[in-house]
Amino acid sequence: MRQLLYSKRLAPYLFILPFLVTLAVFWVVPLSRSFVMSTQEVLYGQATFIGLANYERLWGDRIFWQALFNSVRYMVLTLVLLIPIPLALAALVNSSIGSARIKGFFKASMFVPALTSVVVAGIVFRLIFAESDSAMMNQVAEFFGFGPVRWLRGDLTGLAALLAIALWRWTGVNMMYFLAGMQAIPSEYYEAASIDGAGKVRQFFHITLPNLRPTIVYVVTISVYGGLAMFLESFMLYAGNNSPNNQGLTVVGYLYRKGIEENDLGFASAVGVVLLVLVMAINVSYLTASGTFKKEAA
Amino acid sequence: MAVQQTTTPQPAAPTAATRQAARRRVGPSTAAWVQSGFLVVIALISLVPLLAIFVGTFQDGNELIRRGMTFDVDPTSLSLDNYVLLFTDSGPYFRWFLNTLLLTVAQVAGTLLVSAFVAYGFAMYEFRTKTLWFIVVLLVMTVPFEMLMLPLYVQVNDMGLADTYAVIVLPFLAAPVTIFFFRQYFLGIPKEILEAGRVDGVSEFGIFFRLVLPIAKPALAAMAILNGMLCWNNFLWPLLVLRSPEKFTLPIGLNTLLTPYGNNYELLIIGAFFSLIPVLILFLAFQRFFIEGITAGAVKG
Repeated sequence: MRQLLYSKRLAPYLFILPFLVTLAVFWVVPLSRSFVMSTQEVLYGQATFIGLANYERLWGDRIFWQALFNSVRYMVLTLVLLIPIPLALAALVNSSIGSARIKGFFKASMFVPALTSVVVAGIVFRLIFAESDSAMMNQVAEFFGFGPVRWLRGDLTGLAALLAIALWRWTGVNMMYFLAGMQAIPSEYYEAASIDGAGKVRQFFHITLPNLRPTIVYVVTISVYGGLAMFLESFMLYAGNNSPNNQGLTVVGYLYRKGIEENDLGFASAVGVVLLVLVMAINVSYLTASGTFKKEAA
Repeated sequence: MAVQQTTTPQPAAPTAATRQAARRRVGPSTAAWVQSGFLVVIALISLVPLLAIFVGTFQDGNELIRRGMTFDVDPTSLSLDNYVLLFTDSGPYFRWFLNTLLLTVAQVAGTLLVSAFVAYGFAMYEFRTKTLWFIVVLLVMTVPFEMLMLPLYVQVNDMGLADTYAVIVLPFLAAPVTIFFFRQYFLGIPKEILEAGRVDGVSEFGIFFRLVLPIAKPALAAMAILNGMLCWNNFLWPLLVLRSPEKFTLPIGLNTLLTPYGNNYELLIIGAFFSLIPVLILFLAFQRFFIEGITAGAVKG
């Protein structure tokens, strides 16, 4: 025992042991079982091997493709919104002009939405996007000259509500990421550039953006995952997993419906495997692109 | 300014130089005003949903369902009825509140301890498979929980752990983001402290607990805040594993009040509002730690 406590050679393994155990019990075992189950038909605890039949069923499943389309569409649109807007706001906050107090108030106000749970966000946005002409978003719509919109009944208007939630919750957080990255850029770079006569806009594109690349790659990656894995926002906005014509159904929503609601574990596992393969492929290519593998190996 | 004044001639004839200097002086301050105004407007828009829920706490539930959330309310229709309801007849609400509080405290304490422990192994020692395992941490860190939820759900059902608090906590004690953050922090601690401890006959674990943890307070604070917020708001995993109503947490309980034809909106709105208050208070008190904690993942690895 004494040797165990004092051994410098054994110590690191004992320190990382909790991680290894967690990994084995809660990641490796369940995920391997999930792979196995995706080749089975699981009914009342009875598993029968059916080869790739679940995957074939998935391939021909119109609703799965719709869910995948919804997830990818949401992911792409969140990228389009949640990278440039926070980036511009961060540049604004990081600029040398303006009062520090107002910037402080701004940062705090932008960050507060990230503190809310998806449940609270869903409750509020459901009522802001209510159908009544007095609901907040319909008053905005009226201001711009179009009549009360039944937001959650239409595909694109429902998507707009989902994007509004995403924009509200994550603009501030992404802005903080970018701001942290910007503040790490040495000010000499900017001084040198302004001596050379480069204006603020040129400085942003030629100094800020290139130096911010690691941060941008990171934010893009977590946004891709977050977008592809989106489920709860839709679940809360539509007060459940069912939306008109499945317009709010995502891949994870479909996984939840098949696996948890309908207990069709074999088929749901196949959905999960497809999603996992998709995400891991993106993950590995990100870590390769950002040079993390090389750096850790060095 | 002094430099400009010495190079500027007397005010008699406005030369090109003085005009330019004047523009330079006016320019930034106008830009600053525009910038400040813009930031304030965006900040207020960002606060609108929270203001709306605050207004909603004074409104009748049926009216909320009928009219949606809006600032266009009849001031005479506002009342404190919902507050009275919350404190006199809110059924299980404060039970949910207490459950969430206990679960959050337990989970944060456990996660900090276990994750710092693991991070210490990665930060302070050289061993053969270190790079491999650390890459695994990075991989696991970025995979969203949604990917794991179904297999994990099946697994804990088979282990007979469903509907327990243990199963909400256990899979997440060795939390990859927290491990990553602590590792970064420990890497900045001089190794001489370890050597000094060894010379004094302290065990490897004693060094961690007695010498390193006490000087890691800023990192512990940032991670306590981050994990505390995540636990307080945790929804998906508890939604899958909790069955008994008496074990419900705030998000789960509130979700049961949200139905398409709800008749519980009084309690839903004020309950949602009160669930925000602890987090908001902590945020106002420890803003720096919140931002450090949440942006932790983006620190270059």
